[in-house]
Amino acid sequence: MVAYVISALLEGKLSGFIPIALLLSLLFCGSSFVLGQESPYIVTYDHYLEEPGSLEVEYFSTFGTQRRGNDFDAFWTEFEYGTTAWWTTELYVDGQTTFNDSTIFTGFRVENRFRLLPREHLVNPALYIEYEQTSGADKIVKEVEGHDVESDYGPPNGILRKEHDHELEMKLLLSSTFKGWNVAVNPIFTKNLSPSEPWEFAYAVGASHPLALKASPNRCNFCRENFIAGVEMYGGLGNTRSAGLHDTSHYLAPEVAWNLPSDWTVRFSSSFGLNDNSHRLLLRWGLSREFSGFGEMIGRLFRGRP
Amino acid sequence: MKALVGLSRAGDRAGLAAILVVLGIGAFGTERALAQAPPSKNQRSIYAVLEEAPEKARKKKNPFAEDSEAVAAGGKLFEQHCAECHGKKAGGTMHGANLLREEVQKAMPGTLFWILTNGVVRRGMPVWSKLPEPERWQIVTFLQSLWPQPIKPDIANPGGN
Repeated sequence: MVAYVISALLEGKLSGFIPIALLLSLLFCGSSFVLGQESPYIVTYDHYLEEPGSLEVEYFSTFGTQRRGNDFDAFWTEFEYGTTAWWTTELYVDGQTTFNDSTIFTGFRVENRFRLLPREHLVNPALYIEYEQTSGADKIVKEVEGHDVESDYGPPNGILRKEHDHELEMKLLLSSTFKGWNVAVNPIFTKNLSPSEPWEFAYAVGASHPLALKASPNRCNFCRENFIAGVEMYGGLGNTRSAGLHDTSHYLAPEVAWNLPSDWTVRFSSSFGLNDNSHRLLLRWGLSREFSGFGEMIGRLFRGRP
Repeated sequence: MKALVGLSRAGDRAGLAAILVVLGIGAFGTERALAQAPPSKNQRSIYAVLEEAPEKARKKKNPFAEDSEAVAAGGKLFEQHCAECHGKKAGGTMHGANLLREEVQKAMPGTLFWILTNGVVRRGMPVWSKLPEPERWQIVTFLQSLWPQPIKPDIANPGGN
């Protein structure tokens, strides 16, 4: 089965990254699981990091409407590992299908998040540093930077994929949790490593709250405490040559996360474009599962069992 | 190298300056927090972190004290979030302290709540403020319901001390 999935992927018979998620499920079958209390955010980050030694595997899909071009379904898989209690490292693999066009791999991202303060405060900062190597056909819209607008995504994949981006992205993750509410604000700074490209600016803000603050005594799928509702707003703020809101796109996204006792988290989000430069609708969903003790399992592979 | 050359442009310098300002805020906060930390902390027992809870935090009352439903809910939460490191019976593992120890069991509820909220990040325990306050109190209620119990760790020499 594993060999089939790998060979099918290499031959391009299977599109998307669903097979990768399937492959990982097979590989990690039998590992121990732990229930995460995952936020509903898809674009915004709060200051909470992955638990040390845990690996979270996530699959996300974004269906986007396109006024001057074909609609698309962009997808990415994330592997998020808690290196320490103050450092999380992550790998993203991106792809997309543009309807009436093609399905292509669009690049990868490597990201690190660092907690800056050892204890909780009213506002908690964390630092996010990402290197990404993607093509112009990348459509996951994980963040909107600078003057990114809907028409950038219009040309066919054959043209867009010729553009290669090597970017360094930095975010300051500011987050506060009070009375069950989480509010997160992320100023974003991006530099395309091509010398001629300017620094780009962007923002993402989010607020979320669980539907119940108290846990019920029994395990249950549909208890209110398993659901966290939230809303995000994100968009571009121009670049060093032309900062500001003109020719930028912005989105408002109500969303919900469902943390199942069977260790899965499901997220749904609808991003609505707030101006004419934005996609009218970005419909997202995500599925994730946390594998605790992953680091120890890998360690045992190299050290051997006692 | 090309990227570095690019940074010399005026616009790029403005962007870099903005980032340094933002990073500076974080660095200042970190420095302040480190200055407040006791110097010999790394050599002390993991249970000594219980003493670091501020007086105000210690005095907080557990709203669920002796609530049997909270014990059950706390037990469920403990299994979901804590048992991986502290053991299913809270007796400790290679990665988490034995919570059946007297130091923990006799700690004030507010102290345990404070530890849960702030974690012990340098020693690998993450912050758990992402759990709503009532859920953290439910976990504290569950933990303190384990006392008095015979100290029976899940593995030999748990807690790393």
